[in-house]
Parts: sequence; structure tokens; C-alpha cells
Amino acid sequence: MNKQYVDLLIVGAGPAGLAAAISAREEGIESILILEREQEPGGILRQCIHNGFGLHRFHEELTGPEYAQRDIDRIRELNIPVECGTTVLSVSDQRVITCVSASKGFRRIQAGAVILAMGCRERPRGALCTPGTRCAGIYSAGTAQRFVNLEGFMPGKRVVILGSGDIGLIMARRMTLQGAKVLACVEIMPYSSGLNRNIVQCLEDYGIPLYLQHTVTEIHGRERLDGITIAQVDKKRIPIPGTEIHFDCDTLLLSCGLIPENELSQGAGVEISPLTSGPVVSDNLETSVPGIFSCGNVLHVHDLVDHVSNESFKAGKAAAAFIRNPSHAEARFAVCDGTGVRGTVPQRISAAPQEDVQLMFRPSDVFRNAAAVVECGGQEILRKKAMIYTPGEMAVLTLKKEVFSTLSGDTITVRIEGEKNNG
Amino acid sequence: MFDTDILIVGSGITGTALARELSRYDARILVLDRGSDIAEGATKANSGIVHAGYDAVPGSLKAHYNVRGAALFSSLCESLSVPYRKCGAFVIGFDAKDLDTLYVLLQRGESNGVKGLRILSRDEALRLEPSLNPDIAGALDVPESAIVSPYELAFALADEAALNGVSFLLGQTVTAVEKTGEGWLARTGKGESVSCKVFVNCAGSSGADLHNLISDFPLHMTHRRGQYYLLDRAPVLPFSRTIFQCPSVMGKGVLVSPTVHGNLLLGPNAEDIPDPLDTATTSEGLSDVLEKARRTWPGASIRTNITNFSGIRAHLSTDDFLVGPVSGAANAFEAIGIESPGLSSAPAVGLELSEMIAASMSLKRKNAVVSLPRRPVPFHEMTDEQRNAAVESNPEYGNIVCRCECVTEAEVRQAIRRPVGAKTIDGVKRRTRAGMGRCQGGFCSPRVAQIISEETGIPLAQITKDGGDSYLLSGTLASFLKGGSVNE
Repeated sequence: MNKQYVDLLIVGAGPAGLAAAISAREEGIESILILEREQEPGGILRQCIHNGFGLHRFHEELTGPEYAQRDIDRIRELNIPVECGTTVLSVSDQRVITCVSASKGFRRIQAGAVILAMGCRERPRGALCTPGTRCAGIYSAGTAQRFVNLEGFMPGKRVVILGSGDIGLIMARRMTLQGAKVLACVEIMPYSSGLNRNIVQCLEDYGIPLYLQHTVTEIHGRERLDGITIAQVDKKRIPIPGTEIHFDCDTLLLSCGLIPENELSQGAGVEISPLTSGPVVSDNLETSVPGIFSCGNVLHVHDLVDHVSNESFKAGKAAAAFIRNPSHAEARFAVCDGTGVRGTVPQRISAAPQEDVQLMFRPSDVFRNAAAVVECGGQEILRKKAMIYTPGEMAVLTLKKEVFSTLSGDTITVRIEGEKNNG
Repeated sequence: MFDTDILIVGSGITGTALARELSRYDARILVLDRGSDIAEGATKANSGIVHAGYDAVPGSLKAHYNVRGAALFSSLCESLSVPYRKCGAFVIGFDAKDLDTLYVLLQRGESNGVKGLRILSRDEALRLEPSLNPDIAGALDVPESAIVSPYELAFALADEAALNGVSFLLGQTVTAVEKTGEGWLARTGKGESVSCKVFVNCAGSSGADLHNLISDFPLHMTHRRGQYYLLDRAPVLPFSRTIFQCPSVMGKGVLVSPTVHGNLLLGPNAEDIPDPLDTATTSEGLSDVLEKARRTWPGASIRTNITNFSGIRAHLSTDDFLVGPVSGAANAFEAIGIESPGLSSAPAVGLELSEMIAASMSLKRKNAVVSLPRRPVPFHEMTDEQRNAAVESNPEYGNIVCRCECVTEAEVRQAIRRPVGAKTIDGVKRRTRAGMGRCQGGFCSPRVAQIISEETGIPLAQITKDGGDSYLLSGTLASFLKGGSVNE
């Protein structure tokens, strides 16, 4: 059986894997291999043909494929091999990878360090337990996006979208522009989980109604979907009888959340956070298994690809440091979620971080005129005010590396102070 | 117009088991089904349990066929490469009345000839299955109880029947049956007709309707729907056995069971419904299942739920199977009212009914019978060495189509090329497990549709999820902007 050694193996050639590879090479790591299960690099950006990518990183508005292409071009300049059509089957805690492809067969690869950059998947209907028939015409928004933007087919004509995540909002506009009628976007929460600009540009600009605090209560149609019923929900998200609205539609798109895809990570024995569904990492993005790093949407679901790239540059740099000196820094601080905060990454911080530490999290609710506060041992170490903190947008707090030597406690807590506002 | 010696209506587990047995005889056989694929009715949506036979009333046909059928299962599944596992079962009781029931089941089982039955104390049961509700009073241990993939068994039975000359006519509903001299003429809703010497009714939930078309002895059938949760695979499941609660008049109650593929199944509830095709789930039904499952498994969590589904049980008012010649109709046979333990009974029903039919027609056995070739080990279950060899012999094993269940392009193509091959997304799913996992086909269905199109020549926009009008797509972008679509 083929056996091979690389210094750095990266699982996934989406924006996270590409950025990690670029930074590791810039740190001087020569032997890098990226494995990608799709036939081309770029990840989910390939099907995101709308614009709005790269405002932070490139200070211009790019489409998904344009954004990806910049990294792909750089990867080619740096001569970093990307093997597409290659699926990683397992990763061991000793960093042995098995993978398979049609062209190179089954292989076992020993890596000096591994970066997990597999991305995330969409929550399917089953996870929502929506009752009704199991007819055709129910798609996750991303599957529909693939059919339209990569395969050139329309999944349906009269569409309702459940969930107001960004992909759902984008698909509302895309389906409309392509000749379908989008009847409604239905969101169980009192606020959208998507970016505000997408609410405006994808729903409001096209007169598509957004039903907040509503959910789909029944799916109708024996072979192909022929309608759905939605109803208003109470504070416990239970449908309120008598508030039902029926839509005649042939398509239901689900945009009800993304789940980091960590089956490989779990196989390697990586500790997974129940809050982010991604690995528990320290400030250098190393998981609980030495030499295995994680970045991008497999670590936690991001709002902007710019954040993904930024995080992944750090992971590439940290993996390079590990390859040069394979030591596993002990965590000194635990990062905990306080009021209004959910799933802060990283969960652990070493005693003396090499760089400034960015704490990233999703607010658990909408807060107005609020401040994000970081504390340790009763001492406030950061306060960042904002007009609004919302679950649709990732909050990023930067802690200077110098601050850590001044801290006396072991637990760093992040919380939000402010008016909870569900309006 | 088709002409055949034997027409079997229904390609569920009973119809396919019968077809395979009859294919050993020298006769022309046609299996007709309204579904677009084999096993579209109760066979695709049940608990997948091979019952040991403690539940059926001694002397009933259910008891007879269950015990004989269950004994045939292990070698049948082995010869057809169908997943089957004797995982054992507990029937749990919560109070003195339940314990009395467990003793009744023990005695019933023993008089039905079930081996290894014993009553376990609470502590012993909890030691063997630690996730059980600690409030149980005791359990009946049923070591002979097994699990199987029911639709995969039907596919394999159909494939072997087809290899031995049986024809399949799918997507056709019988709407009329007329007597023609010595035989019968069946007409379908799509205007097709089949003339046959012997007519066999294995029509599941339509069994009574079909019976009443040809017999002067009318039957009444009720349709009992059962809803399920299917949870994701996990390295360690909370239960290693099938856990039943004490049975009631409505059936065996809500079970919690591992499946042969390593998922966990919760269900079914039981509700009589007017429409035998109404396999919708309901919020009341699903809540009911979860509540009852929590009695067995207080820690039940549906956080890893993959899908919900429901199946319809065909219940005759006689509360037993009806197997044999149709009363008052010459050259017609039936196996109807095949509710639980119908899956367990199918091999025996198929065998005995084939013998009755062969005797009535004086059929001769063929000299040679073709066995179904051994099915390759699924890629997902291969060792690294086997995977290496598989990709070397066929590079399509190197393309993973379904990431959740690790299904390869080679396997998807094989499923389409089987004797009774898949033509739909669900057909590929049930044969290969592509799309059966946690993303529910979100990633693989576009690729699966493409492969079906390549293999069958069906245009992509006409590929269906499950036959009929279950189109995946409404047309190309170009056709759409012109205001038309290929399906209009």
C-alpha cells in the first residue's frame, strides 16, 4: 500500500484550507499537501456567485468564485499541491490520514501536523422534525444553490424559505431573479439569523415578506410538494393554534442553521464543544490532540469569509511553528461564555500567547446600545461598545498579548451588557 | 398487454419472497406493483425486526409463519448478502400486571417453539442494558430476536427472482380484475393489462380491496399508521438489543432498537387512518412516540434525529394473516393482512404459498437455479486492505459520492445496474445508503441524479425522488426564463 510523509496535511481546499496553506508556506513549510473531496478547489464559495465577499480583507466587493480565485492563484504561485477528488476517510491521533481518490487509489499519509478545514453542512429537515409528507421539492438552501449556480437547473417555481440564514436569504433573491416566485421567508426566532444587508438586499428589495416568530407546521404533497402550512409560535417556539397560513408552493428551501462537519475530528479523538459543534481549541487554534489544528467553518460557523481567512492564516502559522518545534502549549486560561454570549472561540488560552488573541462568538440574542465585556479574576480587561450586537453577526474582541501576564485568575469570561431587544 | 402464467400483485417482502420461490419452477411469472420501485409500501417503513415468535397466539397463522419464517432468516440473508443480526430483545414490564403479561408471553413463546426465553429481574436487565428506565420491574429476554434491513432483503429477493426469469412491471396500479375462462385479466390505471392463469394478491395495504374485486367473501381491512424517529449512527448506541414494552391490542407498542446499519430507531405509535397511502407524519404522532420511547429510555434525545417516517400496517378484522387460495375464486391465491410479524413470516409465507400454487398448477421444478452473486462488501465496511484492492480493481471506488455514509460512485452505479435496478434517488438511497445519513442527501443528491441520468439515459430534469411526479427539478435555467419547463 502507498505510504507517504508530508509536513503539513490540510483537509479541505475551501477558503480556510487555502489560507492556512498560504500562511504555512510563507512561514517556510515546504512539504504541504491539501486534499479536497470536490473536483475543484474553492469550497462552497464556488457556488456563491453573489457579491459581498472580501470587503474586510481586500477592501473590494467580490463574488465567491472571485474571492476563492485569489487564494487559488496564490496557491499556484507558491506551487502548493491541491489534490482534488480525494476524500479523507480517517485521521488518527498520531496524524496518520487515510484517503482515497480515483486517480491515486487508497493511501495512508503520515503528517507532521494536520489542519482540519472541512467546513460545515446544513441542518436537514430531519433535524427539525417538521411533520408531514416526505415528498420531493424540499431542499436545503445550499443544495438548491448548487443546482442553480453550478448545475444550471431550477429546483422549483413557487418557493417558501424556512429560516432566514444568509444562504436562505441569498437564495430568495437568486430564485426570484431566475424566474421563480418566492412567496415568503419564515423565521422561528424574533430576529433573522442572517446579515442585515441580506435582509434588505434579498428580501425587502424584492417585496418578499419575512414572517418572524413563525414556523412550518405541516408539509403537504404526496409525490412533489404542493403546499405548506406555517403558524406563529409562542415564546417557547410552540405553534399557536388559529394562526395558520397556507401557501401553495412546489418548493421549500431550508436555511435553518449550519453544523460544523466534525466526523473526522471525532475519529481522531478531538474534543468537540457542544456549543459550537466544533473542536475545542487554544489561542493557536490547536485542538485537544497535539499537532491537529482547526480553522474556518469546521471550527465554528462564521458570518464572513474574511474572518475565515484571517483565522486560517493563524492556524497555518501555528501549524508551521508546531512542525518546527512539536510542543503542545498547556492552557493557562479557560474562556467561558457569560450572559448574552454563546460559543466563544478559542476556549483555551496559553499563559503567554505569541500574538494578540481574538475572541469570536455569536451573541445569543439581539442587544442594543450594548457593550461586550471581558473579565478575568474580577478584573475587567476589555470593553467594546456597539449600537447593536446580533446573532447574525460574529462579534470579534481582540486581547493584546501583553495583557495575559497581568491576569491573576484562571477563567476569562465574555459577556454582553445592554438592552435585550427583540424588535 | 402482457401474458403470463402467474401474476403476483405486490412487490413487498411477501410478493418478492413468493416470486423468488416460484422462480424455481418452470413458469412465466410477472410481479406488478404500483410503486416505482420494489418494496415501496410497508416493507420500506417498519421496525425491521425478525420477531422470535413469542407474541402470536398459538395456533394462529401469525404464530406458524413467524416461527418458521424466523428460522429461515439467517441462512436466507447470508445467501443473499443482506444485513441481518441476531441482537436479541427485551420485553420490559413496569408493574405486577406487566410481569403477568411477560409470563404469558414466555408461555406463549415456549408453546410456539421459541428457544432461550427467560424472565430477568430488574437488576439483571439493567446490568445488560444500562440505559433502560430504572423503574422497570423486570424483562423477558428474547435472545432469538433479530434485526434486518427489510427493503434490502426485498431488493435481493427480487434480484434473484429476476435472474431466474421473473419479470417486474412497476408503477402500475391494478384497478380491475376479470375472470377469463380458466384465468384472469388484470387492468391497470394506466391502461395496461395482464392476462394470467393464476392471480396472486400480495398487495399489502390494498390487499382487501383487491380481494374484494375477485371474491364473494368480502374482507374488512383497517390501516394502522406507525410513525418513527431514525437517529444518527454513533460509535456506541444506548441499547444493544431491541427493547419492546408490553404489547397491547393495538400492537407491540413503541420500541427502541438498533438497526443493522448502526442507527437507532424509535417507534411506532399506532393510529387507524382512513387513507391507506397517507404516510405523513404528524406532530401529535411524533410527540406520542417520543413520550412512549422515554418510558423505555428516559434519556432519549432526538438531537441526532436524521429523519421521521411512517408506515402503514394492513390489519384484517380477523386479526390474523390470510394465506392460501382465495375463497370463491378459482386459480387465485392471496397472502394478505400481513402486518407484524409479516417481515419475520415472509420467507415461510413465500415458501408455503409457492408450494400451494405449484401443486395447483402441477408446476415442475427447474433443473438449475441461478443464485444471486455475492454482493461486494460495502466500501464503508471494508478494511483498509479491501479498500485498496477495490480502488485498484475499479477506480470508481475512489470517488466518494455520499460523505455521510461513505458510499462510492462504483456502488451507486452497481445499484442502478442490479437486475431490478434503482431508477430514482430513493431507489439508490435504499440500495446503497447514499443520502441515508445525517445530511439527508443535501450534498450527494445532485451527483446521484447525474449518475442515474448517465446510466439510464433519463434526462436530469426528469429524474424523480421516488417515481410519479416526484421531480427533483423544474427545468433548466434557460427553459425557466423562457417561461416554460420540461415538466409542463
